[in-house]
Amino acid sequence: MATPEYAASLDEQIDRWRSYLRRRQAIHSVDVAELEDHLREQIAGLTASGLASDEAFLIAVKRLGDLDSLSREFAREHSERLWKQLVVSPVESDEAKAWVRKEAVVAFALAVAAAMLIKLPALFGLDLDENAGFYARNVTFFVLPLLTGYFAWKRGLRQSRLGGLAAVFVVAAIFANIYPFTPGGSTEALTALHLPIVLWLVTGVAYAGSRWKEVSGRMDFIRFTGEFFIYYVLIALGGGVLTAFMAMIFQSIGMDIEPFFESWLLPCGAIGGVIIASWLVEAKQSVVENMAPVLTRLFTPLFAAVLITFLGTIVLTGRGINIERDLLIGFDLLMVVVLALLLYSVSARDPQAPPGAFDVVQVVLVVSALLVDAVALAAIAARITEFGFTPNRVAALGENVILLINLAWSAVLYIRFLRRRGTFSAVEKWQTDYIPVYVTWAAIVVIAFPIIFRFT
Amino acid sequence: MEINKDLIAASSTPIVLAILAEADSYGYAILQRVRELSGGRMEWTDGMLYPVLHRLERLGYVEARWEVAESGRKRKYYGITGPGRAQLAEERRQWEAVDATLKGIFQALFSPLPSFHAAPAAPLLQGA
Repeated sequence: MATPEYAASLDEQIDRWRSYLRRRQAIHSVDVAELEDHLREQIAGLTASGLASDEAFLIAVKRLGDLDSLSREFAREHSERLWKQLVVSPVESDEAKAWVRKEAVVAFALAVAAAMLIKLPALFGLDLDENAGFYARNVTFFVLPLLTGYFAWKRGLRQSRLGGLAAVFVVAAIFANIYPFTPGGSTEALTALHLPIVLWLVTGVAYAGSRWKEVSGRMDFIRFTGEFFIYYVLIALGGGVLTAFMAMIFQSIGMDIEPFFESWLLPCGAIGGVIIASWLVEAKQSVVENMAPVLTRLFTPLFAAVLITFLGTIVLTGRGINIERDLLIGFDLLMVVVLALLLYSVSARDPQAPPGAFDVVQVVLVVSALLVDAVALAAIAARITEFGFTPNRVAALGENVILLINLAWSAVLYIRFLRRRGTFSAVEKWQTDYIPVYVTWAAIVVIAFPIIFRFT
Repeated sequence: MEINKDLIAASSTPIVLAILAEADSYGYAILQRVRELSGGRMEWTDGMLYPVLHRLERLGYVEARWEVAESGRKRKYYGITGPGRAQLAEERRQWEAVDATLKGIFQALFSPLPSFHAAPAAPLLQGA
């Protein structure tokens, strides 16, 4: 059998092979361990049949298959890893570097274009101050078509699908502008809030490209949405700091920057930031990918503690929830946050890991959020006739029910997953299948509510 | 005879599930079993088995566990689950339907087998 020198060199060869494999983002170290076990077994089999160990090594490596297609297969199976793969691997060749640079140029050009577009209506006498309603209803049209175009360009979207997306934008623009809204009315505000939800999905179709029909494609879009949000908030915070310093230093020479800030910096920055944030998510995913799990770890217990304290206080003091004003929207947002915490922690979780203390906290959080929301819903249902059906309340109520159903079933699936009765893919599939529900509801609010409530 | 890639890919799920239904196993041994069963006619690229196993694991058809093998190395073993058995039964029904369809049409086509083979083969041989 193998001499000691041979054995040493074989181990060296395997070490080199292993470190080469580790550089592949799509193949994690547990998989490398699995493949190494395979390789060693294969080598043992081959040397037993008379081959020298270095020959056996070569044959075993060759039988394992070419590494590029192997890591592609791994990436396809573990799409959450593909997510990193998309960004990290291309930067190896010169051609790929040129592509990265080209993409950055395109993103910045689109951001500048969006920033100029938002100032375009002002040329025709539509000032931000006097036409707040127009801007609120139409703000998404200044940026999302450009963002959709960016993704369509990047993913090489088919003409027919691109045409379909453009048609949705046109139809949406018509609905946003033909209704004779009462200025400052609720239905106008609802349109301004719900239209972006519909159009964000249109952007999502372009984002996922040919993978829109697949669970993994839609799941990537959900991840993208979360990371986009984090980047956008970071950019906004940075912009706030910049503005504060700008105001201070110009104040020192007796100049007031407020008019410039209000009519240029804020609108242009907010619009351009959308494109820049999207591009950052595409280009630098791994940074946020490491942040999101940390944030969920930090805030899941805190949110759970707050909700449980709240429930305890209700029980102990016997206070009812006071929904005199449109507080329900606040509870809707709470559900969205809890859902986001759930999604992020599940998607960052290693499916192989046994259930731990954090999973218990997660379940506690979801269940307590469900209870809190049920209490709020009961309070409003009991008194809805007394308050009357205003557009805001009906919209918020609809959203609340939609989110409640989603969260309740997510909780069931998550508990099943933890008890090893179900799979993680079931949780993902439920979320991705649910996307059309939000969009349908948002579309109903945009299209039907103004008519039902007579544009008030 | 080499079996084409699409067929190999399509048959990988039922084959792996069936092998695991016999007994829990690990990657290398599964590949050995495939070779044995197919008489060497089904050549899988070894590495490609692992993404297949991971997909089956994600779908809940198989369960994996790490054990220390007799060689002293850690080894990942796979075993079939309840849903995996149900899926195997379903795959079996589908493959049997495909098989029956092909058998029917092949029988109709190739029943006068000798004459069919003789005709095109002869001129080819002369040409060579």
